[in-house]
Amino acid sequence: MTSTTSGPEGSGPTELTGLTASELAAKIAAGEVSAVEVTRAHLDRLEALEPAVHAFLHVDREAALAAASRADEERADGTPPSPLAGVPLALKDVLTTTDMPTTCGSRMLEGWTPPYDSTVAARLRAAGVVILGKTNMDEFAMGSSTENSAFGPTRNPWDTDRVPGGSGGGSSAALAAFEAPLAIGTDTGGSIRQPAAVTGTVGVKPTYGGVSRYGLVAFSSSLDQAGPCGRTVLDTAMLHEVIAGHDPMDSTSVDAPVPKVTAAAREGATGDLRGVRVGVVREFGGEGYQQGVRDSFRAAVDTLTSLGAEVVEVSCPHFEYALGAYYLIAPSECSSNLARFDAMRYGLRVGDDGTRSTEEVMSLTREQGFGPEVKRRIMLGTYALSSGYYDAYYGQAQKVRTLITRDFEAAFAQVDVLVSPTTPTTAFRIGERVDDPMAMYLADLCTIPSNLAGNAAMSVPSGLSAEDGMPVGLQIMAPPMADDRLYRVGAAYEAARDAASEVPLLDRVPRLEVA
Amino acid sequence: MTAVAEIMDYDEVLRRFDPVLGLEVHVELSTATKMFCGCANEFGAEPNSRVCPVCLGMPGALPVVNGTAVESAVRIGLALDCQVAEWCRFARKNYFYPDMPKNFQTSQYDEPIVFDGGLDVVLDDGEVFRVGIERAHMEEDTGKSLHVGGATGRIHGAEHSLLDYNRAGVPLIEIVTKPITGAGERAPEVARAYVTALRDLLRSMGVSDVRMDQGSLRCDANVSLSPKGSGEFGTRTETKNVNSFRSIERAVRFEMRRQASLLVNGSEIIQETRHFDESSGETSSGRRKEEAEDYRYFPEPDLVPIAPSREWVERLRGTLPEMPWERRKRVQEQWGLSDEELRDLVNASALDLVAATVDAGAPPSEARSWWVAYLSQRANERGVELAELSVTPAQVARVIELVAEGKLTHKLARQVVDGVLDDRGDPDEVVAADGIEVVSDDSSLQAAVDEALAAQPDAAEKIRGGKVQAAGAIVGAVMKATQGQADAKRVRELVLAACGQQ
Ligand SMILES: [Zn+2]
Repeated sequence: MTSTTSGPEGSGPTELTGLTASELAAKIAAGEVSAVEVTRAHLDRLEALEPAVHAFLHVDREAALAAASRADEERADGTPPSPLAGVPLALKDVLTTTDMPTTCGSRMLEGWTPPYDSTVAARLRAAGVVILGKTNMDEFAMGSSTENSAFGPTRNPWDTDRVPGGSGGGSSAALAAFEAPLAIGTDTGGSIRQPAAVTGTVGVKPTYGGVSRYGLVAFSSSLDQAGPCGRTVLDTAMLHEVIAGHDPMDSTSVDAPVPKVTAAAREGATGDLRGVRVGVVREFGGEGYQQGVRDSFRAAVDTLTSLGAEVVEVSCPHFEYALGAYYLIAPSECSSNLARFDAMRYGLRVGDDGTRSTEEVMSLTREQGFGPEVKRRIMLGTYALSSGYYDAYYGQAQKVRTLITRDFEAAFAQVDVLVSPTTPTTAFRIGERVDDPMAMYLADLCTIPSNLAGNAAMSVPSGLSAEDGMPVGLQIMAPPMADDRLYRVGAAYEAARDAASEVPLLDRVPRLEVA
Repeated sequence: MTAVAEIMDYDEVLRRFDPVLGLEVHVELSTATKMFCGCANEFGAEPNSRVCPVCLGMPGALPVVNGTAVESAVRIGLALDCQVAEWCRFARKNYFYPDMPKNFQTSQYDEPIVFDGGLDVVLDDGEVFRVGIERAHMEEDTGKSLHVGGATGRIHGAEHSLLDYNRAGVPLIEIVTKPITGAGERAPEVARAYVTALRDLLRSMGVSDVRMDQGSLRCDANVSLSPKGSGEFGTRTETKNVNSFRSIERAVRFEMRRQASLLVNGSEIIQETRHFDESSGETSSGRRKEEAEDYRYFPEPDLVPIAPSREWVERLRGTLPEMPWERRKRVQEQWGLSDEELRDLVNASALDLVAATVDAGAPPSEARSWWVAYLSQRANERGVELAELSVTPAQVARVIELVAEGKLTHKLARQVVDGVLDDRGDPDEVVAADGIEVVSDDSSLQAAVDEALAAQPDAAEKIRGGKVQAAGAIVGAVMKATQGQADAKRVRELVLAACGQQ
């Protein structure tokens, strides 16, 4: 299916939907436009484009307009709750919301409306951010293409025959399609950064513990991290500051001040990276990477050098074991985290017809409620944790994790940030990897080390790949709680990239057919 | 399992085998809130009224450790002479069970918060037996299932089941002994005495209600037999949820006899969970351990490690109350008790009650005598614990006071206490309601004395002849005639006076 056209009758962003979040926020704050108008413009656009993109699982037009109206009232009263008040946002359907269902892309939770708000949702609401709806994702955030959603795949606005990445493909596609100027993702092995890379958008996995996980339906608790997504580094930074910060409801939340990421983004935008030491990870970006990705990465490194950064190559020898360790730790934790879906208290219940035992109902529900990838990982994790195998699998994987953390520590003793391609390839075609889990897993090769070590990482668009015209992402990694470095370097790179190009990157997103 | 045709005589068991015990005691802490959420920790509330997303295991909800529970765990460890871990973690114990909302229990596995201690247990004859403590760890309780429609309230045959999650997430401490060896014939008694001692200790610390009847103290008894002198441990069985102190003793004794009977017939002991039946006094096969699940323990990623600082641990050590054994020693000195008197007091579980009665103003000897003798007997008759009798130490102290003031005789006093036990109010209310008063009015007594002397001329003659011991018979007759309401001392004086002996 090709639903893109480049003609003027196609649906390009309107005057409002084409603006960045920071621009919208400024206009709303100045009273030039109301939050209701901004919200309505985005709702109109997404309603028109959704048949082609399918970024959302649930949109609540009335609730969004009501939230926008409250934001307008607060502005009128002179008490806007945050710099992003009145700006619309797309929320990944893995974060609980009391006013909308939270399905995690699974039949298991179809129609389930949680009795409580995630801390991220609560902070967004408190900041006056307007939640348009819940975005599509791979089931329980397991996947790299959004094809594992029980509710159908999301399509990449750059080429609707291609995937938008995953698991947070709904959020990245919503941004690239200009359906929303901001989005929230979650990143366990790359689920924010990889979709950002393949849709030409910005995505940040904050330091582990930087954003509360309370209300984030767990896939792998020691790796999961919610984070901000946007079309620009500055927008992403502003959103980061809204959702980050200590939460007493999450024991793993870091009790320290939030890094000054917005200031860092503004500083970076001046384009001066003198004194910043950038390490190129030797192990990433060589053989097996798509040519366009390698070219784009090399050009990005040259750009950083031209901005005054001191670029050196650093080796992280244990990164090659990251994928293997990840596919033991994440499934192990998921096998336990997903045990609660047993038909007893919420969600799907299959076969409760009075003839079956509790165990039979539990087992039938899990059989029919989970998709193949989720089952694959539950089985893998159950096996890895089994008595007699624990030491060889889970225990060994934890040791690798420690070694990877040490690689990062050694690297960050030499440099301020590390860079690599975000993904080895650009967006692949829908269906291309569904029968080859290993090929699918490789999409997260470069992003996984940061989850295992818990440090901060960003994907920022680095142009288009020559051979397919699809976006490529530059990954920037920083030490724990030094998230501000991502924004400084990312914003500097972004400014230089746009200055060198005739058209800003996102203006090149093809126009999608209006339904 | 083949039925045991003839169960072996206990003495025969001991001639052939040495018992090895392992006791696992679960204690529900009486913290205000649950282990990982802010819900109230209350027994007996309306089903599912003390729940939240965290203790219901809702998707996305996360646990936060109850600091008071950790503090209690450390204090319990210190009281049990344990080491306190410098660093420890929670772990997930994974298994599916409908009353466990997350289908894993947040517990501790190979990193318990306290370990390697011991508790000195006083046996019935005063001998002290030290029970080694392997570890004590923190975990959360499960909810409760109610199976409706089946004959026995068990899941088999039930039409449907109801789940109450009020108890889900209540803080538990599991205290595990080291293998208890060398107790020989006293193994069952050691088991009972250990759990009793643990109960007393935890109660004195105020960390738990320690009510076996409400499930806030639960005991699983592991029993195995080792061929006499071999030193080799046999296959063990685990008898679950034995519901009273006496049952622990009975269950251990039965298991020893059952296992011995099997072993001498060449049968093998099956490693399994067994249930104790209070009425038959026997254990029966439950879930077989070989069918039991692999719990797939791994460190709980939603919680951060706990690293109790040494300063904090020492500060907690300073908050420990007087330990029961210290208290026993002090009380013995203060009240001037012999070893035997102290033992009777402790065995009757009367120490706290007597102390409270003394605190309410009664002399120790009288307080002790009431609780250890009369009230213990009453508790036995009613089949309840002494502390469960509906008479308070203050009420006992009041009765003792009334006797001292001469307003009640001992016999009347017992009558008053019985009234209190029958929930008829305070001692003064019972006295008033029943019109109980000591007959000390000499004129009415004098008539009874004269009558008694006339009825027993021989006795009267002896008294007049100087044999004052003979007065007892006359006094007895007067007391009988006045239905015990007379002051026996005054009656005696009147008898002696009437016979010219004063
Ligand atoms: Zn709760």
